[in-house]
Amino acid sequence: MTEAVKTADVEELLRYTSIDELYGWEWEYAKEIEIRGKIGRDIIEEISKVKKEPEWMLRLRLKALELFNKLPVPKWLTGIEEIDLEEIAAYVKPRAELTKEWTDLPDEIRKAYEKLGIPEIEARFLSGLTAVYGSETVYSKMKEKLEEKGVIILPMEEAVQKYPDLLKRYFARIFPPSDHKFAALHVALWSGGAFVYVPKGVKIEQPIEAFFFIGGSLEGQFEHTLVVADEDSYVHFIEGCSAPLLKKYSFHDGMVELYAARNAHIKFTTLQNWSRDIINFNNKRGIAKENAIIEWTEGSIGSKITYTYPSTILAGEGAKTSNIVIGIANGPYLKDTGSKVIHAAPNTASRIISKSISNNGGINIYRGLVRINKGAYNSIANVECDSLILDESSMAYTYPHNQIEEPTATVSHEAKTGRLSEDQLFYLSSRGLSEGEAKSLIVIGMLKEILSDLPLEFVSILNRVIQLEFSEVGGIG
Amino acid sequence: MLEVKNLTVGIKADKIKNVLYNVSLSVAPGEVHAIMGPNGSGKTSLLYSIMGHPRYVILNGKIFLDGEDITFLPPEEKSLRGLFISFQHPVEVEGVRLSTLLIAAKNKRAGESDLLKISDVRMIRDMRQLAARIGLKAEFLRRDVNVGFSGGERKRSELFQALYLKPKYMLLDEPDTGLDVDGVKVIAESISSAVSEGVGVLLVTHYARILNYVRPDRVSVIVNGRIVETGGPELAQLIDREGYSKYGVVEVDGSG
Ligand SMILES: Nc1ncnc2c1ncn2[C@@H]1O[C@H](COP(=O)(O)OP(=O)(O)OP(=O)(O)O)[C@@H](O)[C@H]1O
Ligand SMILES: [Mg+2]
Repeated sequence: MTEAVKTADVEELLRYTSIDELYGWEWEYAKEIEIRGKIGRDIIEEISKVKKEPEWMLRLRLKALELFNKLPVPKWLTGIEEIDLEEIAAYVKPRAELTKEWTDLPDEIRKAYEKLGIPEIEARFLSGLTAVYGSETVYSKMKEKLEEKGVIILPMEEAVQKYPDLLKRYFARIFPPSDHKFAALHVALWSGGAFVYVPKGVKIEQPIEAFFFIGGSLEGQFEHTLVVADEDSYVHFIEGCSAPLLKKYSFHDGMVELYAARNAHIKFTTLQNWSRDIINFNNKRGIAKENAIIEWTEGSIGSKITYTYPSTILAGEGAKTSNIVIGIANGPYLKDTGSKVIHAAPNTASRIISKSISNNGGINIYRGLVRINKGAYNSIANVECDSLILDESSMAYTYPHNQIEEPTATVSHEAKTGRLSEDQLFYLSSRGLSEGEAKSLIVIGMLKEILSDLPLEFVSILNRVIQLEFSEVGGIG
Repeated sequence: MLEVKNLTVGIKADKIKNVLYNVSLSVAPGEVHAIMGPNGSGKTSLLYSIMGHPRYVILNGKIFLDGEDITFLPPEEKSLRGLFISFQHPVEVEGVRLSTLLIAAKNKRAGESDLLKISDVRMIRDMRQLAARIGLKAEFLRRDVNVGFSGGERKRSELFQALYLKPKYMLLDEPDTGLDVDGVKVIAESISSAVSEGVGVLLVTHYARILNYVRPDRVSVIVNGRIVETGGPELAQLIDREGYSKYGVVEVDGSG
């Protein structure tokens, strides 16, 4: 028997008293390769060579590079100018071989996952797990019974080698690099991430998770997730992200592509808890075919700035989507979130729920687009924006946008802004709770229905994270 | 002993507006001190000031809890030291279930850092039993605090919370107003049994009726922010019959 892996159990994790205590400051880890400098052909060829990629993938990267150089920085983005791309490593490979055993990983890498109890959660609640550190997948494993059913969960690089046909069909096709500058940058530099294929009729009970960790300052992480759910299948994919406190900032520019074939059902949940030194950009899009369902739930808690707009194209008749986007901006941080739904077929239905919480100088922005194409008969779209502002110094803005070209469509929009009143706060504090504790209860309450279908362990951890998040600013002195 | 000494208080409005002048009173463990007075005389203001509502500024005077000066402690500290206020108009707090609030409050008292942790199923069981005793259906525990509660349900919920958290002193602001006949009885009996276990109660009320069940040791009358008289239970009966005219209070009608 090898030495048992010591995993921080969930109980222990729940005892931390501040969120910074969890990881503390960034720590040293051995790097095998680090590529930095002006983003250009050289860098991209080097990354592609390290990965021993097929020609078609290199060509795709170079085409994306061209687009990146050509496309302007989107005008609506605020804060992104803080990033100096030349300063940031385009690629960082830690000194760790990809493994299926936690014990194989060097201590300083394993600890990033153990601190959050990931190995324990994996063993008990997950069908498979992909762990990315910096630019590379360091751990990837799937439970055996799924293999028998023909499920594929692989690090993206391995999938490129083994399943070129599938990849050529979907990779950077659902979210093309031509969409905007940061999508192009992502496709040019992508590295790490998970590929999931669920065969026809297979319903995976326990969720699959990908966990992303950024270990140091001035690193770029361009991980890519692609989930292809074949007809009549079901999968729940959870992604989590974290980082320690960094001396300088780092940049995440990830992409998620979902393909739900006829009658397939994909649930995709993000629990984003980056440290305050991460600028977090996301490119997320799914395509739902006939009667398929795509559900996005995005919880953005951490990071300095987050841009995320999970989107769905309802491409087949009867397809449905539910996009739940939660932004918590607690402190001088920005959550620029939203959602896009394109109704491109008849009888499609969408529901966007945005819940934002702003506190302690935080800003939430919601940007939404609902587009109903001509011919998407009897489609229904509901948008609900619920902003909670917990003090005078915080703000929330909503920019919903509708493009309705189909007269038989029904579109509704509801927006509500709530403020925490002095009397509500007094009520809760008169029961013994500090200001921070009172706020954390309200925030957890606001999210409760949304979190209700996550595994219980995730809910406990999330509850704890939110309590810690508000405990730092709450109370007096 | 809960002691209020020479308290002078202003409300933060456009400018500070005085509401209480030199108020002194006390309540000992196992004692009931009733407070009566016309509308707008400062009863709620007094309880808010004791509990530390941020809108009320203590301009002078002190509050002692079992000898400790708690005048300027924040409300949560006062609560943890054993004060409990039940509100005349309990506010709705969307998002927080009644059970969640109480579990958090209990955990806080037990020093448990995860406020949502249910470390013991008895926490829930006790809550259910107590709710039933106060005439609240178990479903109220799952509802957000006061959201959609009727007036009487709010009053029952306030007292239910008081009993669950077992404070040393209860500041009860019109716990009987808006309750049906049976409700008044249930509430009054619960208060009495808490008192017999040693809880001190400051009881604001407009009605002598509740005082038939909860025998006050003392009755104080507040008029225009001042305590104008303190006496025994008979004072409540007198006010019930004669109102406040003897203190120079004139009933203002619409034509005034
Ligand atoms: N925010 C405020 N701004 C201005 N005046 C206020 C404010 N809050 C309370 N007051 C005033 O303070 C006075 C005392 O109010 P308080 O609520 O203490 O009266 P009360 O004795 O509890 O009356 P009731 O029997 O009607 O409950 C009233 O005149 C009231 O209008
Ligand atoms: Mg009052």
